[in-house]
Amino acid sequence: MSTPGIHASSERVTNLTLESKEPTGDIATSWQRYKQASSKVSPANKRKYTVIVVGSGLAGASAAASLSELGYNVHCISFHDSPRRAHSIAAQGGINAAKNYQNDNDSVWGLFYDTVKGGDFRARESNVYRLAQVSTDIIDQCVAQGVPFAREYGGYLANRSFGGALVSRTFYAQGQTGQQLLLGAYQALSKEIGRGGVKMHTWSEVLEIVLVDGHAKGVVMRNLKTGEITRLAADAVCLATGGYGNVFYLSTNAMKSNCTASVRAYRRGAGFANPCFTQIHPTCIPVSGDHQSKLTLMSESLRNDGRVWVPKKKGETRPASQIPEDERDYYLERIYPSFGNLVPRDVASRAAKKMCDAGYGVGPSGYGVYLDFGAAIDRLGNRAVGDRYKSLFDMYERITGDSPWQTPMRIYPASHYTMGGLWVDYDLMTNIPGLFALGEANFSDHGANRLGASALMQGLADGYFVIPYTIGNYLKEAKAGFSDTNHEGFREAEDLVNKKIDTLMGIGGSQTPDAFHKRLGKIIWDKCGMSRTEEGLKEALGQVKELREEFWSDLRVVGGKDGLNQTLETAGRVADFMDLGEMMVLDALTRDESCGAHFREEHQHPDGEAKRDDENYCHGAIWAFDGDGNEPVRNTESLTFNYVPPSTRSYK
Amino acid sequence: MKITLNVWRQAGPQAKGAFEKHQVDVIPEMSFLEMLDVLNEQLLGDGKEPFAYDHDCREGICGTCGAVVNGVPHGPGDKVTLCQVHMRSFKDGDELWLEPFRASAFPIVKDLVVDRSSFDRIIQAGGFVDVRTGAAQDANNLPISKPVADEAFDYAACIGCGACVAACPNAAAMLFMGAKVSHLGLLPQGQPERDQRALNMLSQADAEGFGSCTNHGECSAACPKGVPMKAIMRMNADVVRAALTETGTE
Repeated sequence: MSTPGIHASSERVTNLTLESKEPTGDIATSWQRYKQASSKVSPANKRKYTVIVVGSGLAGASAAASLSELGYNVHCISFHDSPRRAHSIAAQGGINAAKNYQNDNDSVWGLFYDTVKGGDFRARESNVYRLAQVSTDIIDQCVAQGVPFAREYGGYLANRSFGGALVSRTFYAQGQTGQQLLLGAYQALSKEIGRGGVKMHTWSEVLEIVLVDGHAKGVVMRNLKTGEITRLAADAVCLATGGYGNVFYLSTNAMKSNCTASVRAYRRGAGFANPCFTQIHPTCIPVSGDHQSKLTLMSESLRNDGRVWVPKKKGETRPASQIPEDERDYYLERIYPSFGNLVPRDVASRAAKKMCDAGYGVGPSGYGVYLDFGAAIDRLGNRAVGDRYKSLFDMYERITGDSPWQTPMRIYPASHYTMGGLWVDYDLMTNIPGLFALGEANFSDHGANRLGASALMQGLADGYFVIPYTIGNYLKEAKAGFSDTNHEGFREAEDLVNKKIDTLMGIGGSQTPDAFHKRLGKIIWDKCGMSRTEEGLKEALGQVKELREEFWSDLRVVGGKDGLNQTLETAGRVADFMDLGEMMVLDALTRDESCGAHFREEHQHPDGEAKRDDENYCHGAIWAFDGDGNEPVRNTESLTFNYVPPSTRSYK
Repeated sequence: MKITLNVWRQAGPQAKGAFEKHQVDVIPEMSFLEMLDVLNEQLLGDGKEPFAYDHDCREGICGTCGAVVNGVPHGPGDKVTLCQVHMRSFKDGDELWLEPFRASAFPIVKDLVVDRSSFDRIIQAGGFVDVRTGAAQDANNLPISKPVADEAFDYAACIGCGACVAACPNAAAMLFMGAKVSHLGLLPQGQPERDQRALNMLSQADAEGFGSCTNHGECSAACPKGVPMKAIMRMNADVVRAALTETGTE
């Protein structure tokens, strides 16, 4: 099949060179030793380099601000009307850090160990260790910016516990931690914009990455207000463009969250790693009908005090309040006595699906389980429960019309986060020199499953404390001050952009972009969601290809390309979700094992837990674009575990 | 249920706008924006151009959405953004009038979409703590009493949606600025730049064409996060304090 008009450069390489650049030796000192050996750019020379940061979420805003503080010229690009809108803002629960303020025996090692284990041994140990190390600096930085974290009466910082951990290491600001952290980063970015160190481009969507002699040297973007296409040159490009959870159509992601920049980079030769590692969050408000446009997350922190249950009787019709205690099945507490309601997300999600598939689900659709605060309210009182969860209870009531103070919440899993992303080395550089990927856009730290409160940690770690140290290794080797926007690479990229827009506008078919997106999402959710089979994935692969064919022949976009045209924007993003969807299904099909969030029904232990195959799949799978009409090519980066020996995850 | 919608149609910043009437079938579980999705899919199906409207997270936190519904920014309901309004707030046969947030500092881009970059420029003028990455001390070296931290949080909850400006007869941005000035001014981290912050933000707001506060209180009533009028008192106090102590003069 062919996607009209879009071809990457002719010298395509599908056999990727993937050098992780992991430091060797003692892991505890590896980051320190690496920094010491890293190239520094002198203050006088920094101002000669220009860096483009795409995205202004936690990773993008923190990177842009920090690089500007160092003296680099920074361009920050966002498709939003303001850098404060990025979807990081919606994160509720918290951010992990190995501060051990609770004296509960937490440590860098502990956070490292939990993250490697939680990721089911599919992440690079060295990256994860560095993440755990810098986690503590993040909290210090955010507090200095004025982020109003929750505090105890003595004035010191408060913590809560989160899934997948036996310590309380999560810092939070009511149920709005992401908002407060993002506003901290946004304010740091604003300070640099005001000072002139960062030039901010809002309403601007990056539609191509520009390669010059194989190096990323700029972008082509479209101004969403005017439709104008512009070229921007730089010495390096950082993508901090988030995840691809909206491939499912219904997800907890914001409506505009998309994978366009990542897929553009992939089509330019960047490897895309582990696309099938997608996180389905266990606690979201269930779907209420066909009109549904997105799903709303209810923070995992609710599982600290809420108890998950279903009726013991199949097809129960009585309301929750009339079901006596001994007719309730607190199945997480029953199956996982040591972690109980705090098992990791993948485990909790699959358990909910299993109960509902077996006929025990609640609510009109039968796809829901109860999350009950009755016991917590009795034990702690309204005030203490309100202190912890009031904003979440209010949010639930606004959406459903039910009050969690009176009746248990109904929840069901939904697509939430994507562990897969652009492959990066220890410097956070993709296999395209000069092209970096930060935050959720890369694949680096969470393996096959991310633990709660670790996304905010990783986004800010990458932006504040990793890229400012590692980007110098590339820049030092590059000649400063690339600015030739008339270079052939720019012409070629701009041609691709214009051609794609004209193609989308000119199909003149009968179906809207949203209609295609919904159908794609349903295929992926049904066959490449919480549990997957070889048969289902093979079907899905065919269906996605057919749907893409139909998309390029029957799409309808009205309006013009000069000026705000939200249908055109959506159409371009849905086109890229089609490519991503295909890659995701292929990845799930060829990873013939279960691990973390990737659950292949063929591979499970007798008790239904995911069964890894370390002999054959202890690696990252990195996909290379091989032209339209060809399936992408699978490459691997093998993983070695010197510190946390792979074991079967057990939360019992 | 059937709803009659009069939606503001305006092709571009300079174009003349007008209301356009449409009928939509909805169910009570739908959110307000899902109703607009239905309308837009309907229009697209007929080969007509959909209405442009801004939205993103659809859970009341990103601050992107917002329109005036029957004269009220973000529509009916206490402390909600437009995306959190559900159709169960209306009844069959209701007629609604939808228009963009109106203020000269928020120029209309198209239909219901406005440009609120003036808010960003106000923050860039001083709505931050000037601390470099890496310069921070250990977080627990700075105890902050819980009531102070909680109050700072309440001001920090502002989502920058602009409903306060749309609701204000003077199109003032005082509640927006007051929220940031209060958030940072309550905390020890915000003290060194407290005076400059208030003066610089205020002077930027004047340059953007926002009006002055004449104590109507409509801003706080429209605020989806319930930022109180006290934010404006704090802002005024900081401006006066800065003017009197000279440390804030540029």
